[in-house]
Amino acid sequence: MIELDHVTKSFGDGADKTVAVDDLSLSVAAGEIVALVGSSGSGKTTTLRMINRLIEPTTGTITVDGRDVSTLPAHELRRDIGYVIQQAGLFPHRTVLANISTVPRLLGWDKKRSTTRARELMELVGLDPSMADRYPAQLSGGQQQRVGVARALAADPPVLLMDEPFGAVDPIVRAQLQREFARLQRELAKTVVFVTHDVDEAIVLGDRIAVLGHGGRLAQIATPAELLAAPASAFVADFLGPRALQYDGGVAVGYRIDTSFAIAAGRAEAPR
Amino acid sequence: MLAASPPQWNGRQLSGNWDVIWYYTALHARYTVIAVTLGLVLAVPLAYVATRRRVAYPVLLAATNIIYAIPALTLFALLSPWLGYLNDKPIIVAMALYTLVILVRNIVEGIRAVPEPVIRAADGMGYRPMRRFVAVELPLALPGIVAGLRLATVSTVSLISVGAVIGRGALGKMFSDGYQRRIAVELWSAMFAVIALALLFDVVIYAAGRLATPWTRVRSARA
Repeated sequence: MIELDHVTKSFGDGADKTVAVDDLSLSVAAGEIVALVGSSGSGKTTTLRMINRLIEPTTGTITVDGRDVSTLPAHELRRDIGYVIQQAGLFPHRTVLANISTVPRLLGWDKKRSTTRARELMELVGLDPSMADRYPAQLSGGQQQRVGVARALAADPPVLLMDEPFGAVDPIVRAQLQREFARLQRELAKTVVFVTHDVDEAIVLGDRIAVLGHGGRLAQIATPAELLAAPASAFVADFLGPRALQYDGGVAVGYRIDTSFAIAAGRAEAPR
Repeated sequence: MLAASPPQWNGRQLSGNWDVIWYYTALHARYTVIAVTLGLVLAVPLAYVATRRRVAYPVLLAATNIIYAIPALTLFALLSPWLGYLNDKPIIVAMALYTLVILVRNIVEGIRAVPEPVIRAADGMGYRPMRRFVAVELPLALPGIVAGLRLATVSTVSLISVGAVIGRGALGKMFSDGYQRRIAVELWSAMFAVIALALLFDVVIYAAGRLATPWTRVRSARA
């Protein structure tokens, strides 16, 4: 599990000082997906990067599985944490197989074991074995993201950090990747922090959603249903937009988006 | 460093003198390889420092520019007290120093062009700085490095002949000898040998560069 305890990150000094994350405390239970949402400048990516120490917090402590991250050598910590980023950040000079083998190789696994593991992961994320020797430039955006997820999972880390992992693909591919990731997560039960600016993605994938306000303050953290049923503030309600829960026998089973047509969209008769 | 008695040009004609041309061409090629390799060995760690320390890069660029601005004869004279007057080491080391102006810049610019997400991914995977440099940044900078290497090599091939001013410098030796003894054929042969060497090196480095960077030539299948 991951625990952030009164974490603050500020950049600069004096008059130039900007606070990116302001006294943030939250915990992610083992096997849980917490989606971090918020507008740009809300510090969600900064928060994520503080967990694997790509950014160091100004004050506060972060623990992963009970270990204070600041006490570990950064590179060792990171090898135990899966990391997926937007547009995958794949190594252009390495084949799919070599990309996926990255962390196992850094951990000192021999080539054969790394390759075997990489092939397993290709299957797990739905990549055809014929892709193994391709370079990232030869893959579609969706395939690249699959490689990115496979690479993050290669050494079977308990914790996964995902920074808008499906942000750079079209809506159809995105929906497909989201469904597959949800299926994968049921199987693997990783502890996941997931940054997105897509509210629907957060609702679909998040066990809980943390809404960050401007200046990196936590506005609310709750399950998607709780959040939609009872936004804690006007800001949260605004951020969630015109999404309304749908109930079946008093239980929330889904949500719909209430959006009126613009005048220009015209009218149509209801189908009979 | 030189063989006991280098062959001498006989007469005023080409025939019978191929051994001289071959001898100095081979020597010239060897000097070029040593000088450029030495330059590269110096340039890589300098580039590493330049990419990690913000202030180091402009300082290094200025330093390599200044070295390049030193006339060859002056540089030979400066290096000779350390490296000796009676051998070609000062010429080779001077050539290596001249390559830095191209190599340091090309390596650093190549590394700076590596996309930020790739660097961040490498850090996020748990690369330590040195290994990231060797395994991620240098390979991705290869196209620029190869371009710099070609330029540095061709210019080295041509510049070594400047050793002629001190009566040395492999094929440069043929220039000074041909000039002193007024043998036009010797001058022409040395000139063609320099050009041929430059072309040969260029083709070899280009081909090696292509072999080393297969990912740059894959057909993009992105939808």
